[in-house]
Amino acid sequence: MSTDTEAVKYKATDFKSSAEPRWCPGCEDYAILKAVQTAMAQIGRPSNEHAVVSGIGCSSRFPYYMGTYGFHTIHGRPLPVATGLKVSNPELAVWVVTGDGDGISIGGNHLMHALRRNTDMTILLFDNRIYGLTKGQYSPTSEKGKINKTAPYGTIEEPSDPLGLAVECGASFIAQISATYVKELVSVLVEAYNHKGTSFVHIYQNCYIYNNGAFDGFTERSIRDDNNIKVEHGKPLVFGEKSNKGLVMGYGKFDIVEFEPENIPDNVIIYDETDLTLVRMISDMKFPEFPVPMGVVKRVALPTFDDAVHEQIESAKTKFAPDLEKLVSSGDTWDVK
Amino acid sequence: MAVEKQLEELEMVTVKFAGDSGDGIQITGDQFGNTTAIAGNDFSTFPDFPSEIRAPLGTTYGVSSYQIQFAAKDIFTPGDTPDVLVCFNPAALKVNMSTVNKGGIIVVNEDEFVPKNLKKAGFESDPLDPEDTTLQDFRVHKIPITTLTLKALEDMEEMGHQDKLRCKNFLALGVVSWLFQRPLEPIENFLSKKFGKKPLILEANTKALHAGYNMCDTMEIFPIMYKIPAAKLEPGTYRNINGALATSYGLLAAAEKIELPIVYCGYPITPASEVLHTLAALKQFDVAAIQTEDEIAAVTMALGAAYGGSLGITGSSGPGIALKIEAINLAVMTELPLIIFNFMRSGISTGMPTKTEQGDLAMALFGRPSDSHLIVLAPESASDCFWISIEAVRLATKYMTPVMVLSEGFLINASEPWKLPDISSIPKMDARFRTEPDGYLPYKRNKETLARDWVRVGTKGLEHTIGGLEKTNETGAITQDPENHDLMTRLRAEKVQKVQNDIPDVEVLGDKDAELLLLGWGSSIGSMRASAEVIAKSGRKVAIVNLRYLNPFPKNLEEVLRKYKKVAVVELNLGQLNMVIRSKFMIDTAFLGRVTGQPISVVEMVEFINNELDLLKEH
Repeated sequence: MSTDTEAVKYKATDFKSSAEPRWCPGCEDYAILKAVQTAMAQIGRPSNEHAVVSGIGCSSRFPYYMGTYGFHTIHGRPLPVATGLKVSNPELAVWVVTGDGDGISIGGNHLMHALRRNTDMTILLFDNRIYGLTKGQYSPTSEKGKINKTAPYGTIEEPSDPLGLAVECGASFIAQISATYVKELVSVLVEAYNHKGTSFVHIYQNCYIYNNGAFDGFTERSIRDDNNIKVEHGKPLVFGEKSNKGLVMGYGKFDIVEFEPENIPDNVIIYDETDLTLVRMISDMKFPEFPVPMGVVKRVALPTFDDAVHEQIESAKTKFAPDLEKLVSSGDTWDVK
Repeated sequence: MAVEKQLEELEMVTVKFAGDSGDGIQITGDQFGNTTAIAGNDFSTFPDFPSEIRAPLGTTYGVSSYQIQFAAKDIFTPGDTPDVLVCFNPAALKVNMSTVNKGGIIVVNEDEFVPKNLKKAGFESDPLDPEDTTLQDFRVHKIPITTLTLKALEDMEEMGHQDKLRCKNFLALGVVSWLFQRPLEPIENFLSKKFGKKPLILEANTKALHAGYNMCDTMEIFPIMYKIPAAKLEPGTYRNINGALATSYGLLAAAEKIELPIVYCGYPITPASEVLHTLAALKQFDVAAIQTEDEIAAVTMALGAAYGGSLGITGSSGPGIALKIEAINLAVMTELPLIIFNFMRSGISTGMPTKTEQGDLAMALFGRPSDSHLIVLAPESASDCFWISIEAVRLATKYMTPVMVLSEGFLINASEPWKLPDISSIPKMDARFRTEPDGYLPYKRNKETLARDWVRVGTKGLEHTIGGLEKTNETGAITQDPENHDLMTRLRAEKVQKVQNDIPDVEVLGDKDAELLLLGWGSSIGSMRASAEVIAKSGRKVAIVNLRYLNPFPKNLEEVLRKYKKVAVVELNLGQLNMVIRSKFMIDTAFLGRVTGQPISVVEMVEFINNELDLLKEH
């Protein structure tokens, strides 16, 4: 792998492929594609050191538009493919692009285990709360009551909560962001890459065709500051258009307090991304009672799966010489003359 | 004082141990096999056990058994029917007595023949009663194995009663070792290795073993003892090997020869787990043996590793293989060297997990959506699992295609003597990774093999994306062009067919100039060769072809089949190879298929052959 990365300056376009993206006009996948390419340029590793693995769905077309290595796999299975790739080639930067259907529904089992296994890779879960590629059926994150092709009378299921899922599965890095926050998205992606272990990034991504406006309640420019909260390690949990609201410790949950801007009360929580109680409380906040958290929600250092696999191999080598002749002739043998 | 014993020399013998699944039957059988090997006999074993780990005591469905045939000559099967049956309880007798050869020896643990156990086994009267006629065709030896074991260990006061009872299988092993004049030393070595850290258990088992042996030497239990002289095997150093070990060692050898690490991914399933267990303990050979969250994760993780440039391997059995199909098709589409071991067991669905079958051939050949072709191989014996593993790696990487190895549950546990291979003489292989960016196209093919280039992910200048969508020939750009899809579908099929140029012709065994040819695959070769010997002795003729390559077939197969007046297909299913042979070559075949969960018996096959020969004579 190249070592001259520091001397080289990369541009976002260095990570583009020659293929023209084929998403619908207005799709926020374009914004995420641009953000990933920008993040890679900032990360400063050449395109051959990145691999993007995806499943099936609109978002999973992603690798075709990247100038990196890419593998467009099958529905729900990018995580184990990416894990196998990382174990095989530990120096690669491995990225997984999946969606709410791919990652939480058909591939839900792999997500649960990938998050606890902690292979060093970055998972981008594009959540548009709908099946777009198959033309508008409800997804596991669709809100209850949503009218759609497979639920003409409205869905009757409680939606899955991706953030809470990641917390419960013990992910070592969890972030949440909307595709509309272009700058913040790039910085979250860089942070996610920098984290050693599985980084889970939940991205709200509007589907212009089948679920337009799904996130307007907390992403629309005029009201968003009152409806989501920027979560940042070491900073107070403050939000509001005038930065006049904050989160304080309540009875088993946060309480919202209002105050004069610039005059943040002492009891407003200073966020600690390593504090599992705060992580859980942040992930438990339900919109619209609470603002939607945006930013890095959890970051803890844990041993990675890929390291552990190779450490065991190396440790075995120090104990037993890999001598095949000897192995094959081990146990009782006898000579026939 | 020792009584003078008569010694009779035999050419071959089949012995079966049977008892509760908690009686240590498999370990007893394994140890008898080992000591038989060291005595220089050829042998073949058939471990047979229920899927329940500890079935309720004394029940017929909980009976576990281990059959071994050993001989002073080459043998091919674990034997149809035992000459000696050792029963640890009435249920074991009930299940197995009808298979014992007339005049055969039955050794029973008479302590277990109490009314409660007899009733559980379904005996209406005590078969050991002198008035009872159930066992009149056999030479029955009643030995109070439990009492004798406790007696032999009575001075070991620090040992519990239950622990003492657990030693009774070694007392029985001592008895059978005496009967066939086997050395005890290999068993003692095994015990010291296994129980070295538990001196009490080591001492107790060793004592029980000697007690069984010495008792026969001293007492009039058996009027006769048997000697099976050493077989005339090819000179060399031998060991005892089963299919699980041979498969694992073969993969290690292949990895060494191609200089690639192994990523073997599996989910626990009977009987495939044995290979995962073995490889998990051999990490020093650059093996990542990963237990995944499910079968699909196992195959896709292996595929991710193959994409990265490692040997990506997964192993499973029927229900697990079914789950992997979509991912296997992704490997066919992306043309990556994924290796899939299918340790076939009796189906359908959960079926009979610990029993054997050759039921997955049609699935391997045709069981994927669309026109999807891959290489299919089948090992023919426990030791052949070693060579088939190497061949799977060679062909997968050379042709950039998945390979499915149809191995068998029977081979995983069966053991046989194996002449140690000279590892250094196994040819080196080349992974042929492309590193040259100039002129690289992801789906440009090698002219001879039609394989696309394998690129280690990370290589500078070769960035590209692959996936399950149809792609343009050579460039790999996604497309729905109709003619291109037709072309690509044909190219993928043709590539697999090209493997014909790279595999050996079939060899005809038995009487080459016979009119009848038996055609089988995988482990069927055992019963076929043993039957051919019987047929030859009776003055009739039969030829044999056994297939290790099932897709593509060896080049000369059709020509060979057409030389015979009649082709008879034999397999452990209801006619899967038979269907392929008939449709592919338009040959009118005869067919013998069985799905009993056990190999086809020699008696049955001989009868079938004789019938076919009679029919040929009539025409």
